[in-house]
Amino acid sequence: MAHPTSHLLTTPLDSLHRELGAKMVPFAGYDMPVSYPIGVLKEHEQTRVRAGLFDVSHMGQAYLKGPDAVDAIESLVPGDISGLAGNGVRYTVLTNDQGGIIDDLMISRCEGDLYLVFNAACKEQDIAHITGSIGDRASFEVIHDRALIALQGPDASTVLARFLPASRHMDFMTVARLHWDEVECIVTRSGYTGEDGYEISIPCDDAQDICRLLLDEPEVEACGLGARDSLRLEAGLCLYGNDIDQTTTPVEAGLTWIVGKRRRTEKNFPGADRIVQQINDQPTRKRVGIRPDGRAPARAGTDVLDLNGHVVGHITSGGFGPTTGGPVAMGYVPILLSEPGTEIGLSVRGKVLPARVVKMPFTPHHYYNG
Amino acid sequence: MSLMFTADHEWILVKGDVATIGITDYAQQALGDIVFVETPEVGSDVSSGDEAGVVESVKAASEIYVPVSGEVVEVNEDLESEPSKVNTDPMTDGWMFKVRMTEPAELDGLMDEAAYTSHIEGLD
Repeated sequence: MAHPTSHLLTTPLDSLHRELGAKMVPFAGYDMPVSYPIGVLKEHEQTRVRAGLFDVSHMGQAYLKGPDAVDAIESLVPGDISGLAGNGVRYTVLTNDQGGIIDDLMISRCEGDLYLVFNAACKEQDIAHITGSIGDRASFEVIHDRALIALQGPDASTVLARFLPASRHMDFMTVARLHWDEVECIVTRSGYTGEDGYEISIPCDDAQDICRLLLDEPEVEACGLGARDSLRLEAGLCLYGNDIDQTTTPVEAGLTWIVGKRRRTEKNFPGADRIVQQINDQPTRKRVGIRPDGRAPARAGTDVLDLNGHVVGHITSGGFGPTTGGPVAMGYVPILLSEPGTEIGLSVRGKVLPARVVKMPFTPHHYYNG
Repeated sequence: MSLMFTADHEWILVKGDVATIGITDYAQQALGDIVFVETPEVGSDVSSGDEAGVVESVKAASEIYVPVSGEVVEVNEDLESEPSKVNTDPMTDGWMFKVRMTEPAELDGLMDEAAYTSHIEGLD
């Protein structure tokens, strides 16, 4: 158990995880910490009430440079990127010709360049798709020499301000290049937990030192992928491959808000016809929040039943919500069953568990709003 | 009274013809924070090797296999409200259910504590 399996990649923080006693698991080709000795529940709670530090270096990072970078990326995503302020960050998706989602990603406007963060599991495919589609309209540079960490939770800003004072008053969903002593960091005020926080891109060689400084702060504990998943699930955020994929459109996924107003008129992104039509006419199914009535969690893949016992959809993410104090899930149901309060059934181990459709998030977001 | 173990990390405490069943400390550590336990129904008949319950951690569900055949005579109802007892006291307050055995000879195939200890040492 002490050594990574040889075919797995490791992040620049690998030895730190082992020193901290992390339980390591393979994830998207990387050997990653799923939890630390305090355990997933306490890590989750830590991030909700103080601050959690996550290694997300497995994720893809890249620059898109050149005068036509914005137009080039807009040809692949439905988001309004040209309308993004000079330091703005936007959550968007790469769409296919059917309007399905190739990946979800963050695009930041960082001093004239675009800085992209995308999913580990989709890395190779995204790189091939973006470079293949934009050709020489812009230069796509994958960043191989930076780690990425997330500092999340209500105390994140207080902690980070001790080292990067300018981070304190950054608006939610903005980016800044800040210097930690001599080390240049790309800091975005964003995250995947529903809490205030930051994602910080750090040169690989400096990542351990910076993480150790953060972990020395009394408010901060290391948190693994287990807590990251329960936090994002409670926050109602999608996990690519589970809740969204090549067969789900942004409209079905409840992500209509990411389709820019101007883009709906221009319709110049892949799958635009289908996506705009679904915005106008309603899709046939929709991603919703689901709360089982009892205590038993319903996991991804669980069939969703209507009150006549017919399978009408399935759970795409589900588990126990530590802050919610009970099971939480999300999944796709027909539009007629998508109203909050609708009673449904979940087929768990041969039994039908009563459940209902609910509004997401399961726990309120606490993003920074000045 | 004797304590035995399965290779799947259940423990079985035998008193007369009643076997009390739970999961081992090794199992609870591997599972992590336990948030839900499903026990079999009292009065149901189970056969050795059946899936008789489920333990769910934040991340995943794991089946509990019943190592002996018989009738379920009691389940630990405290686990409904306090599933974390399986983490804190896996061998005592975290017990899961009791079976009145009909085939006590099935116990012969189980491990004693020394055999189980070397079994888990072989897993690390």
